[in-house]
Amino acid sequence: MRNYLNIIIAYSIMMLLIILVGIFQSWSIALTIFNYCMISAVMTLGANIQWGYAGLINFGIMGYTALGGLAVVLVSVAPVPEAWSVGGVNMMTCLGIIILMIFSTRYILKNIQKSNKRNYLIAGIIIVGLILIKIIAGPAIEQIEAVDPAKTGFLGGLGLPVLFSWIVGGLFAAGLAFIVGKVALGLRADYLAIATLLIAEIVVSIIKHEDWLARGVKNVIGLKRPAPYEIDLQTSPWFINLVEKFHSTKLDLANSLSERQDILNQLVIDASSVYVKLCFAGMFLVVVIILLIITQKALYSPWGRMMRAIRDNEEAASAMGKNVVKQHLFIFILGSAIVGIAGAMMVTNDGLFTPGSYRPMRYTFVIWVMVIVGGTGNNFGAILGGFVVWFLWVEAAPIALFFINLFTAHLPETNEIKVHLINSAPYFRFLLVGIGLLLIMRFRPQGIIPEKIIKQ
Amino acid sequence: MDLINAVIVLLNYTIIPALTYGSQLALGAIFVTLIYGILRFANFATGDMMSFGTMFAVLLTYYFQSIGINFGFLPTALLTIPFAIFMMILYMLIIDQTVFKYYRIKKSPPVMLAMVSVGVMFVTQAIIRIIIGPTDRRFLDGEKFILKATEFKEMTGLAEGLTIKSTQMITIVVTIIVVAIMFWFLNKTKTGTSMRAYSDNEDLALLSGIDPKKVVLITWIIAGILATIGGILYGLDKSYRPFVYFNNMLPIFAAAIVGGIGNPYGAFFGGYVIAFAEIFLTYAYKRFLVYILPESLEPNSLMQLLSTDYKFAISFSILVIVLIFRPSGIFEGKRI
Repeated sequence: MRNYLNIIIAYSIMMLLIILVGIFQSWSIALTIFNYCMISAVMTLGANIQWGYAGLINFGIMGYTALGGLAVVLVSVAPVPEAWSVGGVNMMTCLGIIILMIFSTRYILKNIQKSNKRNYLIAGIIIVGLILIKIIAGPAIEQIEAVDPAKTGFLGGLGLPVLFSWIVGGLFAAGLAFIVGKVALGLRADYLAIATLLIAEIVVSIIKHEDWLARGVKNVIGLKRPAPYEIDLQTSPWFINLVEKFHSTKLDLANSLSERQDILNQLVIDASSVYVKLCFAGMFLVVVIILLIITQKALYSPWGRMMRAIRDNEEAASAMGKNVVKQHLFIFILGSAIVGIAGAMMVTNDGLFTPGSYRPMRYTFVIWVMVIVGGTGNNFGAILGGFVVWFLWVEAAPIALFFINLFTAHLPETNEIKVHLINSAPYFRFLLVGIGLLLIMRFRPQGIIPEKIIKQ
Repeated sequence: MDLINAVIVLLNYTIIPALTYGSQLALGAIFVTLIYGILRFANFATGDMMSFGTMFAVLLTYYFQSIGINFGFLPTALLTIPFAIFMMILYMLIIDQTVFKYYRIKKSPPVMLAMVSVGVMFVTQAIIRIIIGPTDRRFLDGEKFILKATEFKEMTGLAEGLTIKSTQMITIVVTIIVVAIMFWFLNKTKTGTSMRAYSDNEDLALLSGIDPKKVVLITWIIAGILATIGGILYGLDKSYRPFVYFNNMLPIFAAAIVGGIGNPYGAFFGGYVIAFAEIFLTYAYKRFLVYILPESLEPNSLMQLLSTDYKFAISFSILVIVLIFRPSGIFEGKRI
């Protein structure tokens, strides 16, 4: 128990902060923050598996998050039959060509010795394949995008339940991680960071500009939800009864029946949004707990010990007969898959997919700050990092505003510096997170909750 | 005649813009490579440091304009370069003393320093946004064009016009001057030699009495000059916007690695490789082909290999290919 005391204290403080937001701002805001904290925690768990367990630096988190989001669209949106009828055959042919290209390249890599001839053959396959795809897909893409461009203009998805897409998001991310890992894992740490950062940019730019896939920057809105809709709740009698029971004392204070009805309506509207967020929170909590149990078990299993051995001394581990390359690839895929799940969770929570919003600052670097701040190599630390940093990221603007008002209280309202500072309050979040990262790296490089190695 | 027209089309739409963009990338890439070669870490704050220097140039340009100072037909921003460089170097040295020095003395692994530079990136972005805001700003004044398309057509009687913007000329000329001075400094002076020695083998350099503090100081000074000038030239040519500068970090990294990280010549060359690849692969060749092909073969489509949306993706793909086949870059990397 004593071992876990600091973890319990840290988590209690975090919960208290969120409850304080609930009391002083609103419960709806507190729950939004809580949900996003949980999504961040899943991302951080993924990044922590790569960095904390294996020492692999992955700056491509943005790419996997975006792929997870794409999975939601491709799984849950209803298919667009007109688009399929005009361009479906061509696009499927292209998919077939891509698969054929991959397998033939694989065949050549396996069966022909390393030589110039092999390189030319592979280059030839890729160039011929790309030209074929361009010829076949070009007209089909134009036709697909012309189908009711204001609403659809894309192929649509499979129309399956949205929860299914969380798994698919993980699989998509794992697939990308397999390719990236094959290409880039041999690189030195800082090269790997740059390479993954750039590959993530490529992935996002493809999602952004291939409109037939997921409408690109035109966004997909109104995605399905695994939770009830506010509107349905507000009209269903059981929910209204529940709210009535919950707030009975407040309602009894009302003077007239019509006033009582007004108050009740307002309460029902507020409660419906809280209820929906609670549903999401419950689902996310289940995911976080499952992942936490799995990662915790893995960390203290023989496999976890092997990963730490590889991280701390690659050569020694390899001399002991451990396949370092294979294990690195495996853990890279595993971590990325978790990030992919988080990406799918986030899009489900928002109910919309906006490829334009995927920026490295928010989806790569902030997540990395979470990993470092929370504690590398410790899953509890990673989750806490997700909570703390996301909380700061969201609440930085109100905090900054409070301090600006405090320090410029003696200045008149029209003072130019004061106005300028108040207008730039949102940017203090960068300052807060940056300084937080620098301080942690300097004075507590192992993070808030450091890695703990249990001696067996 | 058609052949000349075709050449003019290419010059106007691909070669001159690519040279300009390449020069801007090259300055940034040399900055990255110097920091990597001598201080031994990948500096993720590159784009924002360039932005920081440019911010001062923008503010000073506005100030100079308000008190009526200008630079004739040249942009006023050129006058502000020395002041902006001074502020930039000051900022870099403060950051170095308060942040990077600790890790350098502790001999932390490069990944740690790269992580720290992410922290510096956040702080720098915050400072920039708090001071100047995230909006788009143009600060170009003076003569906009050296050669206008219509003038060129009148002069030569050709069907195609050639436009040279003054910013393009300034970018290329300033880059050549700055890079020439820098290479002369690195190769011919004693300080430059000691920097190269420090980069090649730190222990041996220390043994032969090279003062590491001086090397680090000079490195930041050169880096400040390159970052500020690169940033200002980019801002003059396009426009100043903090977010864009952050994004520019990516092709700059690509250029530095493609050329061989740690090698300034490689970085210089890499900048142009990336710029030319980006522009040549996304240019619609229809107009060019119309001139050189016989009429029967004239193309119907735009003859564009990739849409311009994928500009960034091209530089990254080149980088990935280089990393797979020649991880040390086109020129041997890690040598300054």
